Amino acid sequence: HGDVSAKFCSRRSADALRPLPPRLQSPDVFATDNRISIWSSGDLGNAGLNGEYHGEPRLLCDIQHNGDVMDMQFLDQERIVVASSTGTVTIFRHHQNNQTLSANHRWEKAHYHVDQDTSCGGAACTGVVCSNPEIVTVGEDGRINLFRADQKDAVRTIDNADSSTLHAVTFLRTTEILTVNSIGQLKIWDLRHQRNEPSQIFSLAGDRVPLHCVDRHPNQQHIVATGGQDGMLSIWDIRQGTMPVSLLNAHEAESKGPSNLALNISRNRTFTTSQGNLF
Amino acid sequence: MGGAGPGAADEHRPVTVVPGAVPRRQLCFAWGPAEVLVCETLFGRTGEGAPSTSRVFVVRRDQDIYIQTLRKLFNESHGIFMGLQRSEEELAGKSRKAQLVQVSKNYRSVIRACMEDMHQAAISTRDPALQGQYSTQVSILSAMELIWNLCEILFVEAAAAGPLLLRLLDWVRLHVCDVDSMVREVLSSENPSKHKLFWNVVDIFVLQGRMDEARHLLSKEASANPTSMNMYKILDDLMKKMPVPSLGNTQTLTELELKWQHWHEECQRYLQDGTFASNPHMESICKILLGDEDAILEKKELMTTWYHFLVTRLLYSHPTVKPMELRFYAQSSMDLFLGGESSPEPLDMILMAAFEFEMHQVIKECSIVLSNWWFVAHLTDLLDHCKLLQSHNLYFGSNMREFLLLEYASGLFSHHSLWQLGVDYFDHCPQYGRVYLELHIERIPLSTEQKALKVLRICEQRQMHEQVRSICKIMAMKALRNNRLGSALSWSIRAKDAAFATLISDRFLKDYCERGCFSDLDLIDNLGPSMLLSDRLTFLGKYREFHRLYGEKRFPEAARLLLTLMTAHIAPCSFWMTLLTDALPLLEQKEVIFSAEQTYELMRCLEDLTAGNPDKQKFQDDDVETTKVEMLRLALARNLARVIVKEGTVEGS
Repeated sequence: HGDVSAKFCSRRSADALRPLPPRLQSPDVFATDNRISIWSSGDLGNAGLNGEYHGEPRLLCDIQHNGDVMDMQFLDQERIVVASSTGTVTIFRHHQNNQTLSANHRWEKAHYHVDQDTSCGGAACTGVVCSNPEIVTVGEDGRINLFRADQKDAVRTIDNADSSTLHAVTFLRTTEILTVNSIGQLKIWDLRHQRNEPSQIFSLAGDRVPLHCVDRHPNQQHIVATGGQDGMLSIWDIRQGTMPVSLLNAHEAESKGPSNLALNISRNRTFTTSQGNLF
Repeated sequence: MGGAGPGAADEHRPVTVVPGAVPRRQLCFAWGPAEVLVCETLFGRTGEGAPSTSRVFVVRRDQDIYIQTLRKLFNESHGIFMGLQRSEEELAGKSRKAQLVQVSKNYRSVIRACMEDMHQAAISTRDPALQGQYSTQVSILSAMELIWNLCEILFVEAAAAGPLLLRLLDWVRLHVCDVDSMVREVLSSENPSKHKLFWNVVDIFVLQGRMDEARHLLSKEASANPTSMNMYKILDDLMKKMPVPSLGNTQTLTELELKWQHWHEECQRYLQDGTFASNPHMESICKILLGDEDAILEKKELMTTWYHFLVTRLLYSHPTVKPMELRFYAQSSMDLFLGGESSPEPLDMILMAAFEFEMHQVIKECSIVLSNWWFVAHLTDLLDHCKLLQSHNLYFGSNMREFLLLEYASGLFSHHSLWQLGVDYFDHCPQYGRVYLELHIERIPLSTEQKALKVLRICEQRQMHEQVRSICKIMAMKALRNNRLGSALSWSIRAKDAAFATLISDRFLKDYCERGCFSDLDLIDNLGPSMLLSDRLTFLGKYREFHRLYGEKRFPEAARLLLTLMTAHIAPCSFWMTLLTDALPLLEQKEVIFSAEQTYELMRCLEDLTAGNPDKQKFQDDDVETTKVEMLRLALARNLARVIVKEGTVEGS
């Protein structure tokens, strides 16, 4: 689909897309080397002859972050929720008038291990999803946390929700979430129910390939896509059965499988990235 | 990591004081891959007072990998390095050389980009210490580019006589003394020719062979001073006519030499005629054009360095200099320029070594002076690709290129994310690369699962099975300690570690016995084919299946499964009692579930269990156990009775 021009950021990045505000300058957030940075992607109206995008990203502001950034998402126009490898979940606020970032709120040890000696007891928080004002996080400790942006403590915590590591989470409906784990299972949780059990479990037959990311179709709520460690993109219909509807070999098994995999389903296209490849 | 290159003598080793170490304590140490572990010790000295805490220090030499702004250098040069390794070896002659020169230019532009960033950081920071550090880095990078550029001209491009001079002129113009600010100042003034720096600027243009610019400035002087119009015209003409080597093949060296000789004589005549006698500035310029060493040396402050002096000398006395002749001119230039007042600095020695075409010397000197291996590793690799380094075998067997790359890559491994670059470097060290990689990759701290997966992928791609197993075991152990049994099992399955899988299954079973229910059902219910990894794991899966079948009221199947678990010896003996107890509710059901044959089997199992117990006395004393056994015997007998009747009746009808 034409050329993609990229500026070398010289640092790894896991990015989040902001819902486009109604103005030309739309800053984007990139996590680079334990700093949260906000970049301006330039004037979007500036397209070339072939519809190529000519802007170059420009750094607006950044801030130090403790631990690796595992995941991040915009909560609203100004706030970003960031998941850290130390198990802390932080809300950063982007002040657009003076282009600075500040830490707004922090939940320390949102994810932790029983053995306090291992990496200071913190367990990496691997995924975060927002639906203002609710925030759901999952981590290596198999725990699911439900936060509200304005509340100090977690609204609800499901301990031992999963016996293996949870890799990603997304909202299915306003009261239901989807999680994927490292033994290849997709689980639906109904947050209205108080019991700490998933309402449904789906898995791939055969090898228990870890699933790294999940997203649902914007229009058809029963269609869900997951990305596996072997590069396989699976499409599920959660109304019927526990098996995927179709499997696509998105990335060669030889190449580096989806590690920093981001899944984004828009109108008719599914985008997945894997260490630099866009599918 | 800078340290000495191979074979360097031990001259003035800098002493490092370990901050925080008590002065009179002894220190013991151990070498690590990139640092030294130092620890306070009493070592044999007894009675030195009460025992107190002893601290451990990690002494690391190379701080550069932690400088944020240098990250770009490491990352981008990695890309260039990889491109070079994969580039076409089949290209021969000119195209290969052009390719290598391009690679060299790429490296240099990365250094320059980094210099820019560092400079920006230096002027924008308010911390004076940081500013000092950044400024130092800028000058180091600048020196590196200077050296690299010279090496590119002399070694990579191997410029021949003629073009050689042009390249050296470019080199001097780009790197030595900052002319631009002076030029701007003069040109922007109202009356340039009256500016006090005017003649300085003209001189430096001439010294750098920038004839057009010099003539342009001189024209201003001429128009301001009509009396010297005549002199100016002659000088201008001489400067215009000066023969210079050309890059294309428009003339041979001999032609150039002839022309040049002719021109030289013409200049000589004008000087001797006293044409410029009334204007000392112009006379001095004419002398410079004639290559008069004293005249050139007078402009020492403008040139600032002996290598500028060298190139100017060559321009005006020997423009067709051959590469191999450089050494003589270089040595004498340095001597003349420094004149015994100051001694050469390390940078001077490196450049001298380059002019003398002593590649190994260049690399060695750079290794000593620079604080990390980046520069020498990449430069040596490039020179090796140019087939310029003989296989200079070092005493421990590998060659120079590989030694430097191994050192550089090892240094990268101590960084929490740059280690990924190091992997690629090891891949391209044919002799020891793999071994180094195997040792280093096992020692990367695995703080998150994501990192572990990254490391694993690298190992799997290279068929490093031992390391895969080792890493999976580490992760499994970590998970186990954190009570993440599901994760632990997952990791041990990936490691194909049957022993560990057995261990974890035992934990699950123990939990079941204690709590009466299974934890982590989502895991056990979905073991799939990996269940076969270990017997205990298989048992766990099957046992859970039994419970499921029972829960779904599929009693005959449950019964069959239960029996198989015992008769096929999948269940460990310790669990048989539990299994038999599980059989009780099945025996007590209204309808008969176990067939006669099955009942006999169960009875046999029970007898095996009780008979096999050597300490019969103890067994009989335990009330609960005896009651259980009694109940089982009773239930089995009753079942047998019912089933015989049932089977008899069915057969009858």
